[in-house]
Amino acid sequence: MNNTPETYKKAAMLNHAPVTKNRKKLRSGSNQNMFAYFLLLPSFIFLSLFTFYPTLKSVYLSFYSGPMTRLEFSGLDQYKDVLSDEIFRKVILNNILFIIGTVPASLFLAMYLAIWLNKKMAGSALLRTSFFYPTIIPLIAVANIWLFIYTPQYGLLAKFLQGIGAHGPNWLGSQSTVMIAMILMIIWKDTGFYMIFYLAGLQNLPKDVYESAMIEGAKPFQMFRYITFPLLMPTTLFVMIVAITNAFKNVDHLYIMTKGGPDNASNLLLYHIYEAAFTNWDLGKAAVLTVVLIAVLLSITAFNYLFLDKKIHY
Amino acid sequence: MKKLFSLLTALLLVFLAACSSGTSNGDGGSKKGTTEIDFYFPVAVGGDVAKIVDNLVADFEKENPDIKVNARYGGSYSETMTQVMAAVQGGNPPELAVLFSIDLFTLRENDVIEEMTPLFDKKYFDDFYGAFMANSKVGDKVWSLPFQRSTIVLYYNKDAFKKAGLNPDAPPKTWDELVDYGKKLTVNGGKDQWGLEIPSTGYQYWMTQALALQTEKNIMSEDGKKTYFNAPYTKEALQFYLDLSKKHKVMPEGTIEWATVPSDFLSGRTAMMYHTTGNLTNVKTNANFDFGVAYLPANNQYGSPTGGGNIYMFKGVPKENKKAAIKFMKFLTEPERVAQWSIDTGYVATRKSAYETDKLKKYVSDFPQAVIAREQLEYADSELATYQNGEVQKIFNDAIQAVLTGKSSVDESLDKAQKDAEKVLKPFQD
Repeated sequence: MNNTPETYKKAAMLNHAPVTKNRKKLRSGSNQNMFAYFLLLPSFIFLSLFTFYPTLKSVYLSFYSGPMTRLEFSGLDQYKDVLSDEIFRKVILNNILFIIGTVPASLFLAMYLAIWLNKKMAGSALLRTSFFYPTIIPLIAVANIWLFIYTPQYGLLAKFLQGIGAHGPNWLGSQSTVMIAMILMIIWKDTGFYMIFYLAGLQNLPKDVYESAMIEGAKPFQMFRYITFPLLMPTTLFVMIVAITNAFKNVDHLYIMTKGGPDNASNLLLYHIYEAAFTNWDLGKAAVLTVVLIAVLLSITAFNYLFLDKKIHY
Repeated sequence: MKKLFSLLTALLLVFLAACSSGTSNGDGGSKKGTTEIDFYFPVAVGGDVAKIVDNLVADFEKENPDIKVNARYGGSYSETMTQVMAAVQGGNPPELAVLFSIDLFTLRENDVIEEMTPLFDKKYFDDFYGAFMANSKVGDKVWSLPFQRSTIVLYYNKDAFKKAGLNPDAPPKTWDELVDYGKKLTVNGGKDQWGLEIPSTGYQYWMTQALALQTEKNIMSEDGKKTYFNAPYTKEALQFYLDLSKKHKVMPEGTIEWATVPSDFLSGRTAMMYHTTGNLTNVKTNANFDFGVAYLPANNQYGSPTGGGNIYMFKGVPKENKKAAIKFMKFLTEPERVAQWSIDTGYVATRKSAYETDKLKKYVSDFPQAVIAREQLEYADSELATYQNGEVQKIFNDAIQAVLTGKSSVDESLDKAQKDAEKVLKPFQD
């Protein structure tokens, strides 16, 4: 767009007085910036409406408490209440466990599958599709399927365990197993999605490095350790951010499978916000929790882009 | 260039205009003599409730051509509540909505509903079953009308009873009998068939309430300001809930998913279940065995909480609309319609006179299971409803699950629940 003759003409018209090269650049530059900003305006309006405004409003609301129609200013009291709340602590701990459980495992599996499926072999397209397909199913549907996989006695998993003579626990009904059950399901669902990013990353790697490594007699694992893995780091960074934020965002399954139970054993932050806002109608508390969530997500992204980013070799 | 600018600006303006005009439609202003009222309702049970409501609305509009009813299907109960609250906050409250009967205190706390006592005469209210009205009233004041109401009943598999050598026409009447029958009905340690399933996700407070009512009385005060979570009878109730699986081994251990209990019953994996009457039509259509419905077995007495949704009328609507809304409420609660609603959905008919209509008389004589819930109403009481209901309910729910999953003892868990609930309810004490 900025290379059209019209732009040049316009820039020339604006600059008919002889000016220094520097200034000329600057002025035509700001003019072009204006145009760019104008093009960004629609998305900016939407971002403001649906992201910035709600964010600011949440921060504002977090200082108010009481029934929805009669909110009263309460300052930082509500923050104190929330931060000392037992359920809040449990939910944060659960979320950390959930991240530790899902992110490394699904990243590792995704990389493994991608390297494996990157080879040209019979049926690789079919295999890629089959690993990718859980991604296409909405999480709500996945939760409904896995609800019956985990059902005691006649669930798929229970039947399988009975087949090999073992007796499975009540996966979703017991505090010690419910988190593991959730983590397994999310790994199953998300690995295929991350695999696609790794496949794309692998396809962009330079072939000559591998050729010279081969001539040098490098073993496959050495090739992975010293070539593939470092070169894939940008992809890993990106996928990691997606995976960690997903661990905070994916809570739809809780609604179907456990409602956060038993006794908050599977409750996650976002679902806790939903409960506070839409079953307890405690908008102030929900706003405080939202501010916490926003802070966490922003710091994760900032850490990744500002710190990790510099350590990665592109 | 300039053209492009203006084109973009124009597009933007058109777009924004389209956005803003979208919101200004729905409100029920009166235009050209017709009054428009909004009616939100949820669909909580199987059956084509949305279609039934549409038909009701069409009939009503035929009778009252000057009133237009916008029936808005809001999804589940909680989704409907969300939409209604959002509408109220946006300064555009609906005239009527069907919401959980236990949302009463939340709605009162936010001061958004209209009192109904002056709108109808006493005789009209008296025709509704007392157990249902219990959730509509605070003191003498009536705040909602019972609409789609349910209660918990015992479903049992008559074929399984016969196989276990039990009389299929004599369901258990007491807790002792329940345990005794349960043991006889549990096959192979539960691997082939459990004696009983009481669901314990989502609605475990409701189930515990039933057990507490059977022992002594309800677990909260009528004004919604006090809970009795650690009273001896509540503890006895929860202990029994736990003992059924831990001690007597007639029920699976851990929590039992609300939604899978009916399918367990239908597929013969449990011989008895505690579940809502809202499932009656589902069980009736899908059971390929002979089944019975009975009162929940008694400890010291019979007892079961009611459940389901009531009609609420909202503040802040024009007088004309209010009149139309009252007319529509009366229409919906006419005995004939209440009877039909009960037949179509499986909900308990809310009015005594509905059971005197030919329609319901005939239905009940063909399908006697349908009448059990109504007879049990004599022993029924209101569902757990307090101020800050969501939070109090969650506190109690979590405590029950902590006990059922073996994380803490009955005493410890319920004492803590009571303490937490008292903290939440503190601002509401006089």
